[in-house]
Amino acid sequence: MTSAQSAAAPRVGAADAGPASDSGVAGDAIVEIRDLYYGVGHRQIFEGLDITIRRGRITAIMGPSGTGKTTLLRLITGQILPDKGTIVVDGQNLAHLGRKGLFDLRKRMGMLFQNGALLTDLDVFENVAFPLREHTDLPERLIRHIVLTKLHAVGLRGAAQMAPGELSGGMARRVALARAMVMDPGMLIYDEPFAGLDPISLGVVLRLIRQMNDALGITSIVVSHDVQEISTVADDSYLLAEGRVVASGSPKELHASKSEIVRQFMSGMADGPVPFHYPAPDYTEQLLAREKK
Amino acid sequence: MIGVAQDLWLSLRRALETLGSMGLFLGRMLAYIPSALLRFDLVVAQIFNAGALSLVIIMLCGLFIGMVLGLLGVDLLQRVGSEDALGAGAALSLVKELGPVTTSLLFAGRAGTALASEIGLMRATDQLSAMQMMAVDPVKRVCVPRFLGGVISMPLLAVIFSAIGIFGTQLIGVQVMSVDAGAFWSQMRAAVELQDVMEGVVKSFAFGIACSLIAVYEGFNAIPTAEGVGRATTRTVVISSVATLILDYILTAVML
Amino acid sequence: MRQTRATELSTGLFVLLGFAALFFLTTQITNRGLSFGPSGYALTAKFENIGGLRVGAPVSMSGVKIGQVEEIGFDNVEYKAQVKLRIESQYNQIPNDSDASIFTAGLLGGQYIGIGAGGSETYFKEGDQIEITQSALVLESLISKFLFSFGGDNEKVDDGTKADAPAEDTAK
Repeated sequence: MTSAQSAAAPRVGAADAGPASDSGVAGDAIVEIRDLYYGVGHRQIFEGLDITIRRGRITAIMGPSGTGKTTLLRLITGQILPDKGTIVVDGQNLAHLGRKGLFDLRKRMGMLFQNGALLTDLDVFENVAFPLREHTDLPERLIRHIVLTKLHAVGLRGAAQMAPGELSGGMARRVALARAMVMDPGMLIYDEPFAGLDPISLGVVLRLIRQMNDALGITSIVVSHDVQEISTVADDSYLLAEGRVVASGSPKELHASKSEIVRQFMSGMADGPVPFHYPAPDYTEQLLAREKK
Repeated sequence: MIGVAQDLWLSLRRALETLGSMGLFLGRMLAYIPSALLRFDLVVAQIFNAGALSLVIIMLCGLFIGMVLGLLGVDLLQRVGSEDALGAGAALSLVKELGPVTTSLLFAGRAGTALASEIGLMRATDQLSAMQMMAVDPVKRVCVPRFLGGVISMPLLAVIFSAIGIFGTQLIGVQVMSVDAGAFWSQMRAAVELQDVMEGVVKSFAFGIACSLIAVYEGFNAIPTAEGVGRATTRTVVISSVATLILDYILTAVML
Repeated sequence: MRQTRATELSTGLFVLLGFAALFFLTTQITNRGLSFGPSGYALTAKFENIGGLRVGAPVSMSGVKIGQVEEIGFDNVEYKAQVKLRIESQYNQIPNDSDASIFTAGLLGGQYIGIGAGGSETYFKEGDQIEITQSALVLESLISKFLFSFGGDNEKVDDGTKADAPAEDTAK
């Protein structure tokens, strides 16, 4: 069932309504994942995954819970190694990079974790300043300048002295975004940035994602299952299910897709290719069997 | 029967694996010490965390143990007519054994659990992963300063414990139970050598390395859930306590 | 880190306290003890053998502590131990023909100096020497004395204990 669906899935590069669309060829790829296989124990998480992230675009990676979206991010950042297949980030094959190479690469990436992951023993200002203090020798004045600028960009310059525990979920995410941006990375990765946010905070984060991407000319990868929200800002999207890409293209194309699993996901239907019932023996049989015992 | 033996063997194997893993972890941290000393502000903050914050409990317990030594010591020594030896007996017990060991056990309970739960919590809330993503080695930034803080604090706490203990013994023995002050101090001076004090310091230094290593290791490798952090904290106290007493025996035997 | 100043201060105090404790332990309770300042007056006494007498040991008279041993030295003219006693100022009526003996307190006890009153009407003053002294009893000589007394030779054992004379004359 799945292979037939993947065959019918529209490919990236088709009629793209984004600005400055690269004709034909899928633009300049900053991340290329080819034929990725990864498993943990008995569970095979990815089987033959192919993803291309275009430079300067916002790419959404969506899928049902448990498809390994966070695992994918950890593979892209080199925190874990694939069993088979290649991952090329900014022209470098991750498998060929040593620890130092990976560290250098990560300095050019910014990542926003699911609940912000701010360091609890530092206040907001120090959290944002953390990468600067660890990686640069910039004078205090300059650090202050940069940190306040980034905080201002996310609208939290006034919260600079607060402790992470005092922040609301949305505010914590914004601070984490400021921290992810402080070294002016070329790529920003967002892991479920909308999870658990109220509509206002959600709107704020959405706007920031789009603004940062355009203003700074960077690439953004957003892992999310908030279909409605992410569809409003993403340029490209990938839908993952059962270890492979089942659909890709612009959000509009995905919405228009006729594939069953895509339709179930995009419209949020309770039952479909992703079944409602966890595999169980026949209902009548099981009820009757208990009576006998 | 076989089942029990098998379980025992498995436990032993797991214990050996943990021991080896801790040893490797220690090696990794030791390699980072030179660079950690460059960020001395972090180490100072951890000396405060592990040492200064433990001061009250150490001083309190030291005082009371010293006073008990005074009470018991006078009672026991009076039976053989040598209560003047109180000073010597108390000082030697404290400086060589009670000071380092009790401090280590208290340290494991107060500072060890704090270290383990702090690091465990950072693990559970993705802070350590975030650091890795920001190209900062969490071992270097989080673990090593805490390890150094513990190693530096422990001998200091132990000598403070012993000193206050002797004061406590003197308080009870001389002021309350009228042991002669001159005899108290003179016999102490006669019996205690500088070497005894140094042996105690060496012991507490070794305990410091063990307890700090265990606390940091357990926290760093905690399962990233609330339950996991709790387990890591408990294991820290248990393993630190046992390790202290085993090391104590080995060191005492070696130094005798 | 907000509380850096307070943190640094507390840490500094903690480390200082630690070193103070270490200093205390290594100096006050070990053999190289420091004394706590003099008061009262000093007397000297020479002994053939001071046994286990140590600095700080008590000096008593009739069982009452009147001072302590301040210094122990060696006189290499007379080849005797020279002990300096510090007597509390209130006990300033000790006859200057009193004797000083080294006794042992209890079974495992340390040694102390006991002063036996003489009959003189002049009293000791600062710097005087106690002429009549009795050295510490040495266990080995006691045993050998005991053994020799069965031999019937009346050999004098030359180490400070003589079978009959209760005290030595240590006139200069």
